[in-house]
Amino acid sequence: MMNRRDFCKKSVLLFGTLAVPLAAFELFDPTSLLAEKNDGKEVRWGFLVDTEKCVGCGFCVKACKIENEVPYNADVSRTWVERYVVTKDGKTHIDSPKAARDGFTTEKIALGEGKFLDIKPDDIAKGFFVPKLCNQCDNPPCVQVCPVGATYQTKDGVVLVDRTWCIGCGYCIMGCPYGVRFFHPVYHVAEKCTFCYHRITKGMKTACVNACPFGARQIGNLKDPDDPVTRTIMTERVNILKEEYGTKPQVFYLGLTKEVR
Amino acid sequence: MRNHVWRPLYVVLFIVAVVLLVRKVYVPKDFGIQDRGYMYGFHRLGSEADWKAFPVKYRSTEYCRDCHSDKYNELKQSPHAVIPCEDCHGPAMNHPDDPPTLTIDRSRKLCIRCHARLPYPGSGRANIPGIDPETHNPGAECVLCHYPHDPRREAKK
Repeated sequence: MMNRRDFCKKSVLLFGTLAVPLAAFELFDPTSLLAEKNDGKEVRWGFLVDTEKCVGCGFCVKACKIENEVPYNADVSRTWVERYVVTKDGKTHIDSPKAARDGFTTEKIALGEGKFLDIKPDDIAKGFFVPKLCNQCDNPPCVQVCPVGATYQTKDGVVLVDRTWCIGCGYCIMGCPYGVRFFHPVYHVAEKCTFCYHRITKGMKTACVNACPFGARQIGNLKDPDDPVTRTIMTERVNILKEEYGTKPQVFYLGLTKEVR
Repeated sequence: MRNHVWRPLYVVLFIVAVVLLVRKVYVPKDFGIQDRGYMYGFHRLGSEADWKAFPVKYRSTEYCRDCHSDKYNELKQSPHAVIPCEDCHGPAMNHPDDPPTLTIDRSRKLCIRCHARLPYPGSGRANIPGIDPETHNPGAECVLCHYPHDPRREAKK
């Protein structure tokens, strides 16, 4: 039998519990809380390449190498420009001598080992240039494979390498489907495009964007709907590289064709 | 239990203790799971600051404008208006303090980056006035005849 004291206690407990709103039981997500604190002023860096505008001058590659202290004469580069020449017989010729550091100044296609291929202008169906750089994937396979936590993604979406922590195992170099990573010839650690993190975080453009005379390269904040890069990506017909890998690249291309790999 | 069973266990415990101790000393304090979670954000937070502190070398055309407004204005009304100063003059770095003068690239190689004719339909390159470097005054520097800040004018003698 319940006595009066017990009845009163249990009633208070019951009504007290009912008075607690359901919202009190919702588990809150710290990231959404952080997002609210930032008033939506979040940053996600994205890149836009207009292949129609690129002329293959290679000033971007030169600027990148100097800005980021990648040894100038070493055969490695954080960014490069590829030339695609599609001939009328359906063949595609691709080259990027010295990562196009000195631009494309001859019609001859470099085949490597000092060999060149001459293509007659009449045989060319289409010819164009495609600048390449790190895609700063939303789903970066290079980061997943790092066994020591030396490569990572920042909050604003840039994938960086901690030079003091990298052990040089090279898994990330193998893991990247775009081939943007390499060993730094001086530091002997994994090296990659950083979207010029030291520049973009100071409100500047990347060295390659800064060096491009034709506006073929642009960088912007994808979380800002008023950003010209974001507006182009939202309204124009843009494409990404190797979508089938599910890496969610954040470098978008205007004017890609099926020949581009 | 017998001693020969316990002894290896002590060795294992000792090794585990050493590993934990080394980890405590060697792994930086700011190493851990950051904003992007365990899969993508597992790193030393100080590394981000290291990258942010990397020295800037290219300062952009607007930096040059502050002192060289005459050259800036001359360039901006010419067909070469789109070309940033530093593409030919090199990175400004901390100019005028360091370096006091910039090394200008006046070479033919620099000009033909854009002006070597390449017959590629569908590329912006096709719209740029081009020459064949093999036949157009080979060996001569372009700046002997052409004035780079305004290619419509002849070179300053």
